[in-house]
Amino acid sequence: MEMYRSHVLVCAGAGCISSDCKSVQQALLANINDLRLDNEVKVVETGCMGPCDLGPVVMVFPDGVFYRKLKPEDTREIVNEHLLKGKVVTRLLHSPVGSSEKVVSFNELEFFKRQTRIALRNTGVINPESVEEYIARDGYRALGKALSQMTPEEVVITIKESGLRGRGGAGFPTGLKWQFTAAAPGSPKYVVCNADEGDPGAFMDRSILEGDPHSVLEAMAICGYAIGANKGYIYVRAEYPLAVERLELAISKGREYGLLGENIFGTGFSFDVEIRVGAGAFVCGEETALLASIEGQRGEPRPKPPFPAQEGLWGKPTVINNVETLANIAQIVLNGAPWYASMGTEKSKGTKVFALAGKVNNTGLVEVPMGTTLREIIFDIGGGINGGKKFKAVQTGGPSGGCIPEAYLDTPVDYDSLNELGTIMGSGGMIIVDEDTCMVDLAKFFLDFVQDESCGKCAPCRIGTKRMLEILERITSGQGQEGDIELLEELSYGIKNSALCGLGQTAPNPVLSTLRYFRHEYEAHIRDHKCPAAACPELLTYYIDPRACKGCGVCSKACPSDAVIGEKKKPHTIDLNKCIKCGTCKQKCKFDAVITV
Amino acid sequence: MAEALTCDNRLTQEYLDIVDEIIKPYRGQPGNLIQVLHKAQSRVGFLPREVQVKVADGLGVPLTKVYGVVSFYSLFNTLPKGKHKITICAGTACYVRGAKQLINQLKEDMDLEPGGTTEDGMFSLDLVRCIGACGLGPVVTVDDEVHGKVHREKLTKIMAKYKEE
Repeated sequence: MEMYRSHVLVCAGAGCISSDCKSVQQALLANINDLRLDNEVKVVETGCMGPCDLGPVVMVFPDGVFYRKLKPEDTREIVNEHLLKGKVVTRLLHSPVGSSEKVVSFNELEFFKRQTRIALRNTGVINPESVEEYIARDGYRALGKALSQMTPEEVVITIKESGLRGRGGAGFPTGLKWQFTAAAPGSPKYVVCNADEGDPGAFMDRSILEGDPHSVLEAMAICGYAIGANKGYIYVRAEYPLAVERLELAISKGREYGLLGENIFGTGFSFDVEIRVGAGAFVCGEETALLASIEGQRGEPRPKPPFPAQEGLWGKPTVINNVETLANIAQIVLNGAPWYASMGTEKSKGTKVFALAGKVNNTGLVEVPMGTTLREIIFDIGGGINGGKKFKAVQTGGPSGGCIPEAYLDTPVDYDSLNELGTIMGSGGMIIVDEDTCMVDLAKFFLDFVQDESCGKCAPCRIGTKRMLEILERITSGQGQEGDIELLEELSYGIKNSALCGLGQTAPNPVLSTLRYFRHEYEAHIRDHKCPAAACPELLTYYIDPRACKGCGVCSKACPSDAVIGEKKKPHTIDLNKCIKCGTCKQKCKFDAVITV
Repeated sequence: MAEALTCDNRLTQEYLDIVDEIIKPYRGQPGNLIQVLHKAQSRVGFLPREVQVKVADGLGVPLTKVYGVVSFYSLFNTLPKGKHKITICAGTACYVRGAKQLINQLKEDMDLEPGGTTEDGMFSLDLVRCIGACGLGPVVTVDDEVHGKVHREKLTKIMAKYKEE
């Protein structure tokens, strides 16, 4: 076996790929080869490490030195100084927001220090294309334990007692789902992994699939054993081509090593997995729509009951679990239910992965125990709001969720506390917005999303959300009327109570939640024709600050409606009758002289 | 290997033969409809009626159902796309970080609207609901290349690079 004195882990998660980590990796390899260190130093391409904003990122082990925002030309110094002479390259280390001190090891960064990684245990640590590396980190040991030392019933009981709840959004107890399916009459039974991560702003499932695909396969096999199924399907969005590729590779390796397929570990248990790729329909994340899509049909939901546990794929009993839920399973089987249940809150056990995005400094993926407060997640781990702006709200649960304002930042996060605040855990996406975001506009964004993604089968969702969107468009363009807010509320409750599936039933949540905490913004739009966040273009008036204007003329040349007038080198003015409020002058001005009120 | 068709190409027998090859292993398996359509689109570039008829015959599915599936899923298109496919992520994270301005910019600079193709057939634009690179919003992809933290100047530069080719 080859031994290396140092391992260089290069993050190749989605974020780092878009920051061009590939060039960094190539340069690193070239420099290592130049100095003939390739027998001593191994470069490992891993899945997402988490701190997307700092990409491309690299960790050098055994010491765990963390380099960030690398350019290909930086790698020569890392190789010459660090890998050859053992001197850390201080210039490339990270200093957390608000501190000038450089931090050497990833363990010392708040971002990593405060995390407990169970679902993400291997993501960003191992090479996702190597089944050996997965096995070296206890991979497939849980499957072995379940098959050789546990009865199917014992597996179900373990998952039930762990308190694990579905990480896809609804939070249904996973063990119960398995129990119902195991007990349901009918054969064959199926295990389906819902990897149709459509909630905009959530990317933990993508990172797990790309960074640790075997953890999902192992869990599916364990589930198959527990419920008496021999076949599993993974339904992945087509927007995640790398996840599909990694899964395909993992499945073929799994078969080659006898970890999937016939007679696993010689126990007589057989289980195999197939991939189904979606085609861009958000509603397919809804379980009955997902099943229809696997069967090759339009992804339209159907009423429940019967639940998939009784009548699922091709009418047979089916367990549908989300990716992150499955990523916890092997660890629970190995370490036992009490271990998992010792973390978290009374009704929400274990850890949860959150995707931080929007106007926060440390965007990326973090995994923390349930019950961690929003403030810890957003400020201590997330590093607060970028650009010195003020926190306004955090949006959770995507199009089915809502917003939480500053007053509730100390709430411990779990399924129930978020419900009480009028939002949902959802899949764990957290979009942080600052004072520049208009809450009415944000609600409109979600309604527009839902309207676009509504499958059209039931009228409340198809027509109701359209009417709501029209009202929101009216309000944000300054045409709002008295009574619009009440009408929105009436429609919201009507749709919630009568829509066919989860998509429609939760579609009004973003409106109800912003009305609950930011009603004054709606009122300002309707009554005063003002957008308090200065974000709705049609409610803005553009002025040029005569003290800041240098009369360079860039804005008047750029103005599409010839509304900017003035002589060269003298302050310009905007003719409000001609101004179409496109904002071009403000974008073009180098002196910040164009202001909006 | 024939390249996927774009606006200025015509559907030829060669492409219909490719579709036949794609269908072969799935004959009489209606459950694989979506997978077959994916494969056909990736080779032909789009799913015109002629292709849909072949798929319907091959898998033993009524043509109405094939069309129903094609029109239901946003990633299937019945019209050819431009030479370079631009997508702007319209997920929440990208939205709050300025994706809307980028959409407006392409409209102003290139007269390119979501779902449309430029007159010269060089670029087509689609919006996508989150590609999962939320940490780096707003995100724009051109063909298979992903660009993060895109702003006005960066988008102009990216477009210039492809226009030169």
